[in-house]
Amino acid sequence: MKNHVWRPLYLVLGFIALFLVIRHFLVPKDFGVHGKNFTYGFHRAGNIQEWQAVPIKYHGRESCNECHPENVAANASSKHAPIQCENCHGPAMNHPDSPEKLPIDTSRELCLRCHGALSTPGSQRSRIKGIAPDSHNPGTPCTDCHNPHKPDLEGIR
Amino acid sequence: MKCSRRDLLTTALKATVAAALPIAAFRFLSPAEVRAAVADPALRWGFLVDTEKCVGCGFCVKACKLENEVPYDTPVSRTWVERYIVTRDGQTHIDSPMAGRDGFTDPKVRDEAVDPAEITKSFFVPKLCNQCDNPACVQVCPVGATYQTKDGVVLVDRDWCIGCGYCIMACPYGVRFFHPVYKVAEKCNFCYHRISKGLKPACVEACPFEARQIGNLKDPEDPVTRIVMTQRVAVLKDEYGTKPQVFYIGLDRNVR
Repeated sequence: MKNHVWRPLYLVLGFIALFLVIRHFLVPKDFGVHGKNFTYGFHRAGNIQEWQAVPIKYHGRESCNECHPENVAANASSKHAPIQCENCHGPAMNHPDSPEKLPIDTSRELCLRCHGALSTPGSQRSRIKGIAPDSHNPGTPCTDCHNPHKPDLEGIR
Repeated sequence: MKCSRRDLLTTALKATVAAALPIAAFRFLSPAEVRAAVADPALRWGFLVDTEKCVGCGFCVKACKLENEVPYDTPVSRTWVERYIVTRDGQTHIDSPMAGRDGFTDPKVRDEAVDPAEITKSFFVPKLCNQCDNPACVQVCPVGATYQTKDGVVLVDRDWCIGCGYCIMACPYGVRFFHPVYKVAEKCNFCYHRISKGLKPACVEACPFEARQIGNLKDPEDPVTRIVMTQRVAVLKDEYGTKPQVFYIGLDRNVR
């Protein structure tokens, strides 16, 4: 056959070979079908371990109880018992190493998440005691009068 | 061309043997082997949302964003809470300010006042990734960067994602978004790092009202599975055929 046929053919074959070589080095070894089938399970297997290794930030009240049992117990006997410590105190992260002290959210906005009065017929929200934030001691932090660990009126400051 | 009966028979026999050879290369698996090869049958994560219990405090969204390092002051979030207000004139007002991160404190919906006397019903609906059995987002990924694990959770490979955004378009639930820092597709993965260590997802743990629960749908004794099997639950956008695995109690027809 003529030279002008062979030369582009060699070029194409060369490109294919180059593509295969590059692909061999770029695509990770664990790439393949690992799940249900090709459509849903075609991926890099190592990524699952990468996701599992993400550090945990919220440790739950059991973890708080190890050092602060009196506060956990006080809250547990109140109406706020179902609220996790970290909802107001922030995620523990690596506390007490870092951060050494957790910033407590004592803003009105935090309390208003549940106790801001809304007209919500058909929702549990209407069963929680709510205030109108504009008329109920505006500007004053709720914690000036109410104890979040003892929210009943007998715990008022 | 002449063909004797003997020739015909020998050729036909040879052809049959030759055709059968490739079939011999296949292994015949028992149903149990197939099940084991396809997926781990012991675990399939599922989620249950009780919209009757949700009060719209938004602690789930706050916990999710901090746990999963989704930039706190951006409007994107892996999970969000929607408020629905249905008025007497049949209109539905829906909002989710900052994905519900700070809860719902304002009676106004998107700066529009709604007369409380006109409200017939109002409720909150938490949303998150449905971890579909047939995830449309995975099907469209051109590079194999998103996939379904054997326990049913859809993950995104941040190293492999090219950020084309096909999956964000494909998800019928609008669950996926573009991560502002990593510049790749981002989505809820039921806090895969927590559930694979035996903990609950951050949103489930943060919810004071048990409106969110997670369970193993393959375990008939699991509380979530019991509710899904024995009570009246619904899923979002069933008609898309994605087979979502987040089940809702008390879903209203206005919820989209």
